Amino acid sequence: MYTETQIIKSGAPASIAGALDGTGELVINVGPQHPATHGVLHLVITLNGETIRKIEPHLGYIHRSIEKMCESLSYRQFIYVTSRMDYLSSHINNHACALTVEKGLQLEIPPRAQVIRVLMDELTRVASHELWWGAMAMDLGAFTPFFYAFRERETITDIMEETCGARLTMNYICPGGVNYDIHPNFQRRVKDFIQLFKSKIHEYDELVTGNIIFQNRMKGVGTLSREDAISFGCTGPVARGSGVSSDIRKLFPYEIYDKLNFEEITETAGDSFARYMVRIREMHQSISIIEQLIDNIPEGDFQAKTKAVLKLPKGEFYSRVETARGELGVYIVSEGGTTPYRIKFRSPGFSNLSALDHMARGSKLGDLVAMMGTLDLVIPDIDR
Amino acid sequence: MFSLEGLTNSLQQWLAANFSAGWVLVIESIIVILLAIALFAVLGLILVLMERKVAAHMQIRLGPNRVGPQGMFQTTADTLKLIMKEGLTPDGADKFLFNLAPFVVMIVAMLLLAPIAFAKNFQIWDINIGVLFVSAVSSISVIGILMAGYSSNNKYSLLGAMRSGAQIVSYELSAGLSIISIVVLTGSLQLSDIVASQQNGWWLFKGHIPALIAFVIFIIAVTAETNRAPFDMAEAESELTAGFHTEYSGMKFALFFLAEYINIFIVCAIGATLFLGGWMPLHFGNLQGFNHLMDYIPSSIWFFGKVFFLIFLIMWFRWTFPRLRIDQLLNLEWKYLLPISMLNLLVITIMAIMGWHF
Repeated sequence: MYTETQIIKSGAPASIAGALDGTGELVINVGPQHPATHGVLHLVITLNGETIRKIEPHLGYIHRSIEKMCESLSYRQFIYVTSRMDYLSSHINNHACALTVEKGLQLEIPPRAQVIRVLMDELTRVASHELWWGAMAMDLGAFTPFFYAFRERETITDIMEETCGARLTMNYICPGGVNYDIHPNFQRRVKDFIQLFKSKIHEYDELVTGNIIFQNRMKGVGTLSREDAISFGCTGPVARGSGVSSDIRKLFPYEIYDKLNFEEITETAGDSFARYMVRIREMHQSISIIEQLIDNIPEGDFQAKTKAVLKLPKGEFYSRVETARGELGVYIVSEGGTTPYRIKFRSPGFSNLSALDHMARGSKLGDLVAMMGTLDLVIPDIDR
Repeated sequence: MFSLEGLTNSLQQWLAANFSAGWVLVIESIIVILLAIALFAVLGLILVLMERKVAAHMQIRLGPNRVGPQGMFQTTADTLKLIMKEGLTPDGADKFLFNLAPFVVMIVAMLLLAPIAFAKNFQIWDINIGVLFVSAVSSISVIGILMAGYSSNNKYSLLGAMRSGAQIVSYELSAGLSIISIVVLTGSLQLSDIVASQQNGWWLFKGHIPALIAFVIFIIAVTAETNRAPFDMAEAESELTAGFHTEYSGMKFALFFLAEYINIFIVCAIGATLFLGGWMPLHFGNLQGFNHLMDYIPSSIWFFGKVFFLIFLIMWFRWTFPRLRIDQLLNLEWKYLLPISMLNLLVITIMAIMGWHF
């Protein structure tokens, strides 16, 4: 363990000589301001030359005590704070909270609302994966894919803006359904997006996936075995890249996922390239889900009838969803009042980050960005 | 017809008629120094703008388009900004080396302009060991980079400089061997001789496949030598923030930046001279009409056209490929490029002895 003074010391003058005091080790601070951490993650890395000996993540730079804040917000309000956790799948976070509240209230959700929610979930997932793809390629030194990814992602955020009124933190879901009906243009624009996506996705493979430099940077890098993935509590594409079946949409279906026709993507290699391929293939699956639903949105209410003030009965409620990064669990303890007594989020990023040290030991500093890229870390999701 | 040769000759005659021999030398030196500095500045401005425009159009955007027509004065504005900024020297830095390093890198880039033939008979210094001079002087720039990394008292800088040292020293070998293969074919180290030997065909075409291999290796090696992506280990933005020049700001940073672009220009000029005939127009064996037409294009345009084509290639690499890892980079050099170029040199030597080239 490093004490706080040691960390500060290691950035002070004469530390270059001081760090090499016989051990041959160099301690560097990656973050909290660093281009590869995409946020305020702070990694204290012990290096031997270029080789990583140890990584110690220091968290808390963007801790906003969202869980504590939720305790003083009503069951209608607290949902929207969670948009700020994993801001790239904010819609799915809201979905998880709404599901938990609905579980407590034992609400029936109208089929139209369910379909709209799932459609939005999958659009969010594609948008999140698009951004991940661009950012990861940028970490590896290729800048152009970032702009390619944003070209497609923009159309999704435009669709979101039209229906939800916001581009990133949509705040579209409420207990019992969604806040308002979809925009009349929604179906047409989603179909346009699917066409655009299908005409452009081959560029992703041509530019990045098939590139020999990229494959050399990814294959065999940051290997996480099946057992380790389970014991670190990894979920989402990180676990599925190691061959662990962990898709909540398949294992514990919510909404209408059990009626949909899609595959759970798993790869067996467990390296960065496997995690990369899982996400690329997941985008195709999400598009297929959207295709199945976009013409079959049932007529009817978009919101169940609920009381103005929601009160959950005394008890404990838990529900989980599959976000773009893995399993998000929402745990509510209710004392029967209008606000939760205690709330706890099980966020995917936190568990996935814990595997980083194990993965990275013995590999080169350059590999670190490939591993962090394929872990798809969103820092507010880790710190909350 | 416009030619830079006529310009220099008439200037020389005018000076010789009006001044004594000693003064002619002094005045000519001053003119050459001013021209070199002007070329430096202009090239820097043009290449930075070109890079930004090339990158923008590869990335489905427009690039700079606010300052001046088509954003042409953007780099000028950026330079003015950088000149006015404060050049910080971090606490605990080795101040002497820290301030010296950008100038070392810059002076090396400037020295390399000397033997380059910009147009027919338009050359600052037609030294008889021109190619050797270029490879010798260009390797000094690594000292500037090591100085910058070591003196900054920053671990990222140190790592970047160490990477850069390993990289430049390794890739110098392949670059040198592919340069030597053309020297073997030409039988001269003088750049004007090398250009003259390509009167009836560029070495890229005359030298069969071995020359092509040498050209490809040369392009890869110089991309690595100038620390450009996909070999930008020394900077590696996402790993080392900005590598060896992390701590530099203001004009000192700009000097590193400028030197990088001038170095690209110089290696591309050397590549164009060795493989693409320098200022020689494109000639096809028996097509008299075509050859005459090509001769009408001024030699300076031929030279700069070829150089900018090669620069575009190198920019194209940068905006397409991901970065290599340091061990992969060294593997590529020592396990693949170096053996291949040694074998290639052997083949070219046999070819030159037997007279199999055109």
